[in-house]
Amino acid sequence: MATDAITVEGLRKRYGDVQAVDGVSFEARRGEFYGILGPNGAGKTTTLEIVEGLREPDEGTVTVLGEASWPRNKTLLPRIGVQLQSSAFFEKLTAREQIHTFASLYGVPGANADAMLEKVGLTEKAGVRAERLSGGQMQRLSIACALVHDPELVFLDEPTTGLDPQARRNLWDLLRGINAEGRTVVLTTHYMDEAETLCDRVAVMDHGRVLRVGPPSDLIGELGVASLEDVFLQLTGREYRE
Amino acid sequence: MRTRKGTGAGVQSFRSLTKAMTLGLLRDRTAVFFMLVFPLMFLVLLGTLLKDAGVSESKVIQVGDVAVLDEMPDEEREQLRDVLRIEKTDGSAAARADALEKVRKGDADAAVTQTGGEIELRFSAADLVRAGNVQGILNSIVQRANQAATGQPPAYTLTSGQVEDESTKPIQFLTPGLLGWAVAMGAVFGTALNLVNWRKKRILRRLWLAPVNAGSVIGARIGVNLTLALAQTAIFLGVATLPYFGLRLTGYWWLSFPLILSGTLAFMSIGLVVGAWARSEEAANGMAQIVILPMAFLSGSFFPLDSAPQWLRTVSQFLPLKHLGEAMQGVLSRGEGWSTALPVIAGLLAFAAVLTLIAARLFRWDEA
Repeated sequence: MATDAITVEGLRKRYGDVQAVDGVSFEARRGEFYGILGPNGAGKTTTLEIVEGLREPDEGTVTVLGEASWPRNKTLLPRIGVQLQSSAFFEKLTAREQIHTFASLYGVPGANADAMLEKVGLTEKAGVRAERLSGGQMQRLSIACALVHDPELVFLDEPTTGLDPQARRNLWDLLRGINAEGRTVVLTTHYMDEAETLCDRVAVMDHGRVLRVGPPSDLIGELGVASLEDVFLQLTGREYRE
Repeated sequence: MRTRKGTGAGVQSFRSLTKAMTLGLLRDRTAVFFMLVFPLMFLVLLGTLLKDAGVSESKVIQVGDVAVLDEMPDEEREQLRDVLRIEKTDGSAAARADALEKVRKGDADAAVTQTGGEIELRFSAADLVRAGNVQGILNSIVQRANQAATGQPPAYTLTSGQVEDESTKPIQFLTPGLLGWAVAMGAVFGTALNLVNWRKKRILRRLWLAPVNAGSVIGARIGVNLTLALAQTAIFLGVATLPYFGLRLTGYWWLSFPLILSGTLAFMSIGLVVGAWARSEEAANGMAQIVILPMAFLSGSFFPLDSAPQWLRTVSQFLPLKHLGEAMQGVLSRGEGWSTALPVIAGLLAFAAVLTLIAARLFRWDEA
């Protein structure tokens, strides 16, 4: 247990009539690349928001790096990095000003911010305003902003959505590098090939529950199908989601 | 270097958020235009248009020789310097016709000729105030000459002294009115749009996930808005006190700074309510406009409400901008002091406190 980065037990969250999360339990080990998969409305986002400490669960416990994430825990926050789905940038600031602002919120010197910009390959775009960056550059900047304070645990919410194949492969290399440095990475994605190549283990969710957890290759073998995409479709069905 | 813990990080995040907000504001050309240039344009425009609203010196054309004018003592001439300007022409018939034409067109206020002992004054009835003015002045000159001709000392003399000018000159209400409007725009729009934008872009959530105090975030926003308001005040007073506009500051004019600062807090609280309520920037923009423009009109920012109906003046009593404008006018140019400023400052702060509480109840972290 002491080696777990995240331990979630019996999580439930209800919004009005909708039971968004209905008894979710899972754990991610330290240093693991962990994927959370599921169709739209499966409860992934709410689960992650509760784990990150943005929302209070109706029931259940969450332990992140050995601490409770709710109520807002200021000793835990510097140890985790969160990349939000829509890029949360300050208006009219350049890439460099964005990352420097985030760095100083964590008390990190500006040199580290510049180094992080270099690491995601945005040094040449440092003087460009965030809203004028391309989709891939924006995603890289938002990942850089999530990593600038050197967190032990990183949450990435659909980081490659809307990117061209070149930008996706480029970002995969970056994410592998982040994980190789010993950081735990939790990823949500709709791309099964992405989960298959990047994740050590994945949890497939639907209707607010975890349906199956395991390394992608094991799940493929267990169900006797060709790919993780087949696993996903077999577990969650083929009908349209919202 | 100090990291992560203690007040050092708090000060640092306050500073970096202040910088981020300031750059965001200064790089927004539309915002700078509407908060600084646009109200200043109004001040220059209305200040210039309304500058000569009172009756100024009268222009009289003297056709040929007129003894009472030509032989006027220097002392008397000096007294009439800003009141009467005499343009002398020769006594020909052509000059006379020309002078009358000028009076008819309004280029001159009157024409004077002398035939023997009779002095003839011809004026236009178009502007009765001006006509009366010219007649009065000319009449007094003639009477004085008559009295001097008798060689006797005058039986009665008139000693006149000026009382302190209590009438409101346009620049005296335009400066605080338009400045209050400018500050209200900056504070309501700045706060409302900032709040909606940060909620929509999830910057609020991102800040929630960083180890910063709410105090640093709110403090930075307040600091930026107060600084903007002080800059607006300094620029406005600088322009209004130019000799051309002629605003004369009286003893306690610096009380306008605490007044403006508490006014800014009151307007920011309006912005907070708008920003907490509105779901999109467009909605916040429209809502802020709906609040500000009627408030500015009803508060007498653009013209005084002295002749407005009673119900309208009653409504204006509930508007913070009206009280700010009135108190500012008092301390800026009427020599009023703490007794005027203090109750208004207290009222504005109380207004800000109530609206901030309402905003806190309406507040949402995200759109869900």
